[in-house]
Amino acid sequence: MAESKGRFGVHGGQYIPETLMNAVIELEEAYEHYKADPEFQAELTALFNDYAGRPSRLYHARRMSEALGGAKIYLKREDLNHTGAHKINNVLGQALLAKRMGKKRLIAETGAGQHGVATATAAALMDMECVVYMGKEDTIRQALNVYRMKLLGAEVIPVSTGTGTLKDAVSAAMREWTNRIADTHYCLGSVMGPHPFPTIVRDFQAVISKEIRQQMLEKEGRLPDAVLACVGGGSNAIGAFYHFIGDEGVRLIGCEAAGRGIDTFETAATINTGRLGIFHGMKSYFCQDEYGQIAPVYSISAGLDYPGIGPEHAYLHDIGRAEYVAVTDDEAVDAFEYLSRMEGIIPAIESAHAVAYAMKLAPTMGRDKIIVVNLSGRGDKDCAAIARYRGEDIHE
Amino acid sequence: MSNIAKAFENGKAFIPFITCGDPDLETTRRAVIEMANAGADMIELGIPFSDPTAEGPVIQAANERALRGGVTTDRIFDMVRALRGDVSKPMVFMTYANVVFSYGIERFCKRCAEVGMDGMILPDVPYEEKEEFAPTCRKYGLDFVSLVAPTSEDRVAMIAKEAEGFLYIVSSLGVTGERREITTDIGHIARLVRANTSIPCAVGFGISTPEQAGHMAALTDGAIVGSAIVRLMAEYGAEAPAKVGEYVKAMKAGTVSCT
Repeated sequence: MAESKGRFGVHGGQYIPETLMNAVIELEEAYEHYKADPEFQAELTALFNDYAGRPSRLYHARRMSEALGGAKIYLKREDLNHTGAHKINNVLGQALLAKRMGKKRLIAETGAGQHGVATATAAALMDMECVVYMGKEDTIRQALNVYRMKLLGAEVIPVSTGTGTLKDAVSAAMREWTNRIADTHYCLGSVMGPHPFPTIVRDFQAVISKEIRQQMLEKEGRLPDAVLACVGGGSNAIGAFYHFIGDEGVRLIGCEAAGRGIDTFETAATINTGRLGIFHGMKSYFCQDEYGQIAPVYSISAGLDYPGIGPEHAYLHDIGRAEYVAVTDDEAVDAFEYLSRMEGIIPAIESAHAVAYAMKLAPTMGRDKIIVVNLSGRGDKDCAAIARYRGEDIHE
Repeated sequence: MSNIAKAFENGKAFIPFITCGDPDLETTRRAVIEMANAGADMIELGIPFSDPTAEGPVIQAANERALRGGVTTDRIFDMVRALRGDVSKPMVFMTYANVVFSYGIERFCKRCAEVGMDGMILPDVPYEEKEEFAPTCRKYGLDFVSLVAPTSEDRVAMIAKEAEGFLYIVSSLGVTGERREITTDIGHIARLVRANTSIPCAVGFGISTPEQAGHMAALTDGAIVGSAIVRLMAEYGAEAPAKVGEYVKAMKAGTVSCT
């Protein structure tokens, strides 16, 4: 009798072609083994600290907090990690695991290019081959990151099927994995896909909330009242939430990309507009039509431009443990500019979605309250696109 | 007895696949009739999906064209009901989990039974997840077809023991599409299958010539062909049904020649 694995409530599972089943079983077994291996963990911690620059800072955004006139705002500076985003946490873990499994080649999907750059970086560091699949649309939106990946020795394959965005890049990477399994590890970039990926990626990203907790106790002697993070697939959010899930007093707020608004078709806000479905190896919420055809989604942010959400988020939503709010392009761009001017920090347009919601939430809370915003990445890559959004054409 | 078993009653079976609605459902209907008359023993009807992750470029493009043309699951059910006036050969749907799940598994199976379908193949539902679909299929007299792959060696026994209708042997790694050569030891997989089940097995993925079909059928109970037919549909459009009929006739001859 068959047994489904990797469930978060009704979500998760392993909805993949039979050709891939042994690969995910092998991955799960290897992960279970190395998770408990002190030598593996020590090597990963050394990479986190010496290579990626962890622990990342927890910074009190004083000017912003004062200007908004409510809760005290802290920024978890994942943007200061090597390669400029939280993506490196997961990639170092998976690349190390793949290396131990004897794999010689990493493949990955990427949206904004941050995960692709992180994967290319880890591949260079560990002397592995690397191929990154990226929606054609995104290779244009994020041309600089394409160049960075090539510089790091990766091959970038533009994907023009479907909508030419992140979901198509995931499909292309999955197809390539079915084609070449023996020497290749699919380094999935978010807490999505078939089991064990949502668990593996969450565990590697959970270092974020582990650090926030410790840093918050050191600085404030207590836990925060709310933790905010942007959500596409949801890896930085689950990383920021994970060690607070058991603390009922800590509100966990995921900020989805509403694009031009959740009442339009140009949105990527999955929890707010999607319904239960099965896609890319998992059961979760997806933006789809009445016949289950996956909807073309839209957001100014290439990294949040995905029609689904990780199964653990879907579960946290079902049980009411986390809230998922929608933030529009306009609000995110305003926040992008606001944080730049107010704190001298240019956030990734993805992270700016969480900053935008903090700007709404903070004034409604007392000055004795504390909000932590996970600043998942830095915004250098977005400058040209934001300039265009504001009607200014600049050349990089 | 499963209706699918009838496909394997007259020697080696030739099983063509077609994407419904490419270029339109009327052409699909005519092509299915041609295929049945040309000797196809069972027909796989593909319900298009926006993101078919197990398909190569040929069937991906057909899915996109069909969806752009406005095909829906309900319109395909209507076409099947009309087809059943002309075609008595077993027919199975090939589609993706979300198409069935989103329609409602119970509602989908009920409609399948009403219009005269015999089973379904969902390439993104492996053994571990089939309990979500298979019992409802059974309730409506449909077979939930399982697949084994070149990577399945240590899983074949487990999968074969619970297989229904027929067992779909995926010939090669990767996605659907024509291949010059099939290097997997299909004979070995077929022997593992036969040691664990009495239901028939057929090989798909990569077959396009009568010689390949004959070779694969010699090792198993039949051959499945998709991309080569979908390519003809794309090339000839409304004129394709006759061409597809000729092709199926040649492929059936190759399949039974068992070289």
